Amino acid sequence: MSVRPQASALLSLPECFVIPSDACAAHRIREHIAGRLREGGYPERDVMDVLQALDEAMVNAIKHGNRCDGQKQLRISFCVDQDCFQICIEDEGEGFDPNAVADPCSADRLDIPCGRGLLMMRHYMSEVSYLEPGNAVMMVKKRCGCE
Amino acid sequence: MAAQPKRLLEVQVIDSVAVVSIMQGRILDDQVIQQFGEQLNGLVDQSGHQRILLNFAKVEYLSSAALGKLVVLRKKIEAVKGKLALSNIDASIFEAFKITGFDRIFKIFDEEQEALQFLQK
Repeated sequence: MSVRPQASALLSLPECFVIPSDACAAHRIREHIAGRLREGGYPERDVMDVLQALDEAMVNAIKHGNRCDGQKQLRISFCVDQDCFQICIEDEGEGFDPNAVADPCSADRLDIPCGRGLLMMRHYMSEVSYLEPGNAVMMVKKRCGCE
Repeated sequence: MAAQPKRLLEVQVIDSVAVVSIMQGRILDDQVIQQFGEQLNGLVDQSGHQRILLNFAKVEYLSSAALGKLVVLRKKIEAVKGKLALSNIDASIFEAFKITGFDRIFKIFDEEQEALQFLQK
């Protein structure tokens, strides 16, 4: 998985929210984004794919990035375009190297109940990349039919 | 007063196999996932079922945390030397099962009847 320099791409996304690092705030932003995608005419399948990846990314940011610290925040910026949806979720953690994450599909890890979030994000989105130092994830969903 | 947990599983026993229909389409939010895990575990821990068929016909979306609950159930059934089978999985969820390697650790069947035959052997 690629790790890119944290650059202007992040800043150029037009809608930006800074939310508390908790499940209720995550739920509210999730509903807002779902509404924006539906207003933009995205098919329900795309909306649900985005929500599923978004849930995984926000859980990672809250639990692993901000370590469930209620004093920390998440910065979420996104753009609903005609052809694709882009979103960046940034936490206040130290970041991590996504390439160093153990493969949950290896024979010795298949029995472990957690650690599949990144795989799911990659499954539901068209592109997933991390921005240095690994505390921000950028995801792109191409509208169905625009791949 | 705490809200009554939603019943997410419907259980019918056929020839000592617990045929379990998952009634929730979207198993995504924390509270639902938690209840899903508790109710799955209850099939073994409280009800004592050893042969379980999980029918996914109504399930549209599962988060990775919900997948983790299936791993826990699998371990519980293994511990009592039981059998577990899954059936009627939506194509997109099956794709998620494949990329996470679940198709290698779970017995998965297209239809409930095939899964039932496997469990009755």
